[in-house]
Amino acid sequence: MSGSYFSAIFGKSPVTPLQEHMEKILACVTELIPFTEAVLARDVEAMQVHHQNIVTMENEADALKKELRTRLPSTLFMPIDRRDVLEVLTMQDMVAGSARDVAGLIIGREMQIPEPLAKAYKKLIKRSVAACQQALKAIKELDELIETGFGKVERKFVGRLLMKLDVIEQDTDEIQVVLRNELFKLEDELHPVNVMFLYKVIENTGTIADRAQRVGSRLQLMLAR
Amino acid sequence: MEFSLWYLGLAAAFGLFMAWGIGANDVANAMATSVGSKALTIKQAILVAAVFEFAGAFLAGGQVTATIRKGIIDASSVESNPELLIFGMLAALLAAAVWLLVASRKGWPVSTTHSIVGAIVGFAVVGIGVDSVHWSKVGTIAASWVVSPMLSGFLAFFIFMSVQKLILGTKDPLANARKYVPIYIFAVGFILALVTMLKGLKHIGLDLSLPQSVMVAVASGITTMSIGVFAIKRIKIDPRQDVDFRFTNVEKIFGVLMVFTACGMAFAHGSNDVANAVGPVAAIVSIVKTGVVAQKSSLATWILLLGAVGIVLGLATYGWRVIRTVGKNITELTPSRGFAAELAAASTVVIASGTGLPISTTHTLVGAVLGVGIARGIGALNLRVVPNIMLSWIVTLPAGGILAIIFFFLLKGIFYNGPII
Repeated sequence: MSGSYFSAIFGKSPVTPLQEHMEKILACVTELIPFTEAVLARDVEAMQVHHQNIVTMENEADALKKELRTRLPSTLFMPIDRRDVLEVLTMQDMVAGSARDVAGLIIGREMQIPEPLAKAYKKLIKRSVAACQQALKAIKELDELIETGFGKVERKFVGRLLMKLDVIEQDTDEIQVVLRNELFKLEDELHPVNVMFLYKVIENTGTIADRAQRVGSRLQLMLAR
Repeated sequence: MEFSLWYLGLAAAFGLFMAWGIGANDVANAMATSVGSKALTIKQAILVAAVFEFAGAFLAGGQVTATIRKGIIDASSVESNPELLIFGMLAALLAAAVWLLVASRKGWPVSTTHSIVGAIVGFAVVGIGVDSVHWSKVGTIAASWVVSPMLSGFLAFFIFMSVQKLILGTKDPLANARKYVPIYIFAVGFILALVTMLKGLKHIGLDLSLPQSVMVAVASGITTMSIGVFAIKRIKIDPRQDVDFRFTNVEKIFGVLMVFTACGMAFAHGSNDVANAVGPVAAIVSIVKTGVVAQKSSLATWILLLGAVGIVLGLATYGWRVIRTVGKNITELTPSRGFAAELAAASTVVIASGTGLPISTTHTLVGAVLGVGIARGIGALNLRVVPNIMLSWIVTLPAGGILAIIFFFLLKGIFYNGPII
């Protein structure tokens, strides 16, 4: 068909795969909520199920990432920079990595979260998931951004979404401070190695929101161009 | 002339074959943009294409036809031997049509315009002589092949920027779409009518002065705009559809606009590409009728009709399938972008038609799409196509030329019994 070379000019936009990737990441991170519930309830079987889900989804996200990378040949001309797309993708990927680290650490060492930390830790997990939700919300605006040709109104809208992401990330920082203080008070009652790793779990959990925020920062850079 | 009836019959047959090929393959790109963006269903696209290709070919096809017919070859070079021009034009038609058919079967990038120009230049150089070609005119045509995609790219860029400024980038895109889309619709009706009036309509007995033409064009713009406003009013706005993608309803309004630009695109395509089929036919007919290579004779209306009918036939028998195939591949082009590309390409092509320059509609459309892309309007464009297009120039011109030379000597061998030059 003589028409085929006209249609060949339309490349495959990376936007939808990028959004699908982030959706997968969010699903993966969200699985930490039931996982944490299982940890607190000391339900080993449920813990293993949810841990497995996290690993599976992280792998699926990885496959999506690789697929998207191969879809970005150098002849592709896009309204967003190829480097930006790849970096957002890497950031998104790292979010799932943190979730897997947290679950892996807890399951590998058969860790328990001391009762006095339970409430704050659950809150930390929920806020971390919320940060990922907010990051996805911003990534979901990419089609609108392209539709408007990165118009001012739309850029401001995304800017507000990202500001909210920053607020959520600050929340997680504050919760981490509370958790560390509580843990400090408990140090004498617990096994020192466990204490060490509890600090590590808190820190790893904190990186989820950090990295979600970094997804947002990359997006912000994209807007600035 | 001894074989007058043969010549006329062959000319009509080859011309119809070429027009059929244009309708079967070439129209698809012009129409698929609208089908891909879902502004038109495949049936509507075929209807629009049939009506407006016909109108464009019949009403505004005369100028380019004149160029193909007598602009490329210097008639004085064959004055003593007008039959040579008949063989040449027949050969060029057949060569371009065959090449078009083969190349589109194989999926090679071809342009009908490039094929026919290559074919005419080819037979003229070998069959008549290097000096028989108006090289300055050919140079202008070749330059227009570079300029037209660029011009339409520029136009598309600015049209799309204006859409962003006025509609998409504003706080209330829906209200602004209602307000400004009719103006773009006016532009479609105005530009097409104006160019057609200024250049084309003498052959149907309409010879208007400049102010009269402008007035008719304004009236045409207002008429199309009124139809557009009415159609926009009938659109059902459903806010629930905006949940996932907040511009779904805005795009619906652009969908109305795109119906008009699709008509414009078909009209423009008809006006420029019909000449590729009927230009040579017209040349042959005038020689057969008068026995000499007449430079002044006017174009017979039935010849344009022949081309218009051929295009519609090609569309009806084969072209609709190509439209469907291409349409499926270009869903990235939403109405707000598709219209900008179409309006830019259609305007460029109609202006070229008015000036008598045979250009490639497809290349012009590619240029327009790139223009929208440069305005950050399209998710991803694959630039590998651009060298492909360059390649199509390099391949199509000699291919058409060589085929034409072969056919030329074949025909000459069959019919020619005059003096050997």
